[in-house]
Amino acid sequence: MNMSRRQVLLLLPAAAVAWESILAGTPEASPNYKLTEHWWGMLVDISKCIGCGNCVRACATENNVPEGYFRTWVERYHVSDFNQAEPVVDSPDGGKEGFPPMLEEGGKNFFVPKMCNHCADSPCTQVCPVGATFISPDGVVLVDKQYCIGCRYCIQACPYGCRFLNPKTETAEKCTLCYHRITKGLTTACCEACPTGARQLADLKNPSDPIHEFLRTHAVQVLKPHMATGAKLYYNGLDGSVR
Amino acid sequence: MTIEPAQEGSGRVEDRADGDGAAMNRFKDAEHLFRVALVFAAGALAFVVVRAILVPKSFGEYGHYRGTAIAEIAAQPVVFAGHESCETCHPEVPAVKNKGKHAKVNCEACHGALAKHAEDPGTVEPAKLETAVLCVKCHSKNGAKPEGFPQVDAKEHSAGLACDTCHKPHSPVIGAGGKP
Amino acid sequence: MPVQGYMYPNEVELAWSILIVLYPFLTGLVAGAFILASLERVFRVEAVKPTYRLALLTALAFLLVAPLPLQLHLGHPERSFEMYLTPHRSSAMAMFGFVYLWYLMAVLVLEIWLDYRRDIVRLSQSAKGIPRLIYRALTLGSTNISENALRIDERASYIITVIGIPSAFLLHGYVGFIFGSVKANPWWSSPTMPVVFLFSAMVSGIAAVLLLYMFTSRVRGQAVDMNCVDTIARYLFYAFLIDFGLEMLDLVHRIYEADESFRSLDFMVHTRLYLSQVVIQIYIGTLVPIGLLALTQLLRLAEKVRKRIYAVAGALTLVGIFAMRWNVVIGGQLFSKSFLGYTTYKVGFITREGLLTASVLTLLPFPILWALVKLLPPWAEHEFMPEAGAAPAQGGD
Repeated sequence: MNMSRRQVLLLLPAAAVAWESILAGTPEASPNYKLTEHWWGMLVDISKCIGCGNCVRACATENNVPEGYFRTWVERYHVSDFNQAEPVVDSPDGGKEGFPPMLEEGGKNFFVPKMCNHCADSPCTQVCPVGATFISPDGVVLVDKQYCIGCRYCIQACPYGCRFLNPKTETAEKCTLCYHRITKGLTTACCEACPTGARQLADLKNPSDPIHEFLRTHAVQVLKPHMATGAKLYYNGLDGSVR
Repeated sequence: MTIEPAQEGSGRVEDRADGDGAAMNRFKDAEHLFRVALVFAAGALAFVVVRAILVPKSFGEYGHYRGTAIAEIAAQPVVFAGHESCETCHPEVPAVKNKGKHAKVNCEACHGALAKHAEDPGTVEPAKLETAVLCVKCHSKNGAKPEGFPQVDAKEHSAGLACDTCHKPHSPVIGAGGKP
Repeated sequence: MPVQGYMYPNEVELAWSILIVLYPFLTGLVAGAFILASLERVFRVEAVKPTYRLALLTALAFLLVAPLPLQLHLGHPERSFEMYLTPHRSSAMAMFGFVYLWYLMAVLVLEIWLDYRRDIVRLSQSAKGIPRLIYRALTLGSTNISENALRIDERASYIITVIGIPSAFLLHGYVGFIFGSVKANPWWSSPTMPVVFLFSAMVSGIAAVLLLYMFTSRVRGQAVDMNCVDTIARYLFYAFLIDFGLEMLDLVHRIYEADESFRSLDFMVHTRLYLSQVVIQIYIGTLVPIGLLALTQLLRLAEKVRKRIYAVAGALTLVGIFAMRWNVVIGGQLFSKSFLGYTTYKVGFITREGLLTASVLTLLPFPILWALVKLLPPWAEHEFMPEAGAAPAQGGD
């Protein structure tokens, strides 16, 4: 199939126009997006994650994440039935290239994808001294890299280890929930690349989003609920040993 | 440099002795304090002026941050085109894929990020995929994978044959047919 | 073994370096020195008077250097002014700029200026060359050092010291709050943190002034005022007891409660932090100096012995308090917030946040103090004996 861009435009005007706005990359180009009409979160289904690392690679590609740092990563848990409190966890290179075979025998084994929880009461935005990180009106915790002074207080304040200092820009960096994609009607890079649907972008303000049905019918948990961060990264089938 | 309490007392008596003159003297003796206050006031004024000039215009538009930062972050270019874009030009693939086991596997999960190709299909070609490398990323055996997820020890399973000898990636069940 | 067990991948590299260790150490010295100085002014402890001005200048010298490690640590120091432009009210760090500026300008500089005004005015008439210009600028154009003017200064200075004490408490208690309020980090998150920081600040500041006073007396060939150092040592002893008591309270509380983080933190203290926490901070830096100071309180020791003990105890105290800052800042980042692993801190040498930078910044207050001492001599003989030939300004005494 060989098609020029012009042909695409001729053949599929509607799709092509949408694509134009996607590539133009300006919020004016997605005029239908209203900040006040969304409240973003994400659903992770532990029982579906196969630890392939597709999400980690996709995130790094989409967002140009520097080597050795992670906006998302995957952990592998081994929980012995004799010692629930002390799981054995590994995440070689953030699970970017998948996982080697298990070393431990028996017990309970599973993968846990991790990323920013886009907390509604985020401790990281609370501590920013200058207002360089914030939760947007549509519920995404973002960093203004033009304004960040690089003090790293937010990195200390995140209970989930989701932030790092980008060594090139010397500013704090984290998952943006692919803000440049979700504001254009696309899903996040990690969700797009996940082969099993273990990750689902969720718009909690949209009544027709399947998240509502899911939250009603499943026992859903967030990480470190005692931190009272208002985390919006919901886990289905999360084991109590995960921290 | 301590001043004797006695002196302090006598000073006050003098002050009280003549009304206006004493007040004038007291002002003179405290004049240097007013000078300091002036220096501080000038500093505070300079701060207020500089602050008014330097605070970004959009700061506080939505909250305690630069409102324009939201648009700047949203302006980042897209790298993964998204399967809807792929399917507009390649409708024959979902026709097969959606009936098979890989129905929910999006195009770029295997083919990689292709926004550049979607933008300019004529010149940017997607890379050819090697099933021997690709398939094991998901299907190699691992004790932590959910039970029921098809996983194999590749060496043992295929004896070196490429996966697509038997399984067609877009519809992998053997004999399910469809475009390779 | 850089990483043992499991760390979240972004946790492996420490976010806060030795420069952030230095910062609370330096501000601690400032707050402590000021509180010591205020003893004479507010609580009329005449015995410590010989150190009053020296303590103020020491506080100023260290306060001027205190923000430098922070600046060097920032990814974008050129943007640090944003903390003044758009301070984020919910951030414990945002108010730092204002607290610092308040303390520097409204308290320390003003107090020093008022206290030295008579000297400044005289020196502006007696000095030659560039110093003369500096002194003249410092007079702000007012040469009135009449008895009444000085009495007003005395009053104002008293008021400023009264404001200054809570300000000094604020400055350092606040630094403790920056750590104590991080709920994500169980090693830091504690309401006792500001109080512990405050008392350790007083301890380090008192020890620093004690050492500086004895050192400068020796350099100047002057006899050490034993009444003065005995008094300072007594305050050091009591402040240290309170500080140690508070730290032990925190420790006992942690051990007894043994919450989810305990196992991990306990392991860390017994392994990676053993040398800096148990050996250096607690044994060498706390118990030994407290023991030495206790000896001087309990026994009647000869002057010479007391002086030696004070010098040793003071130096060990500073080592101990530095180790305490280290264990808080670095220790708080060596364990994973998953409580499943531990990382290592590697200090570079000639790097932006390396050992060389840290050493230079630690020593930098001393040349500044030297310059301040040259400019504004804090010694008693200058205070009481007007220089020959210096014509007193109007109405002088």
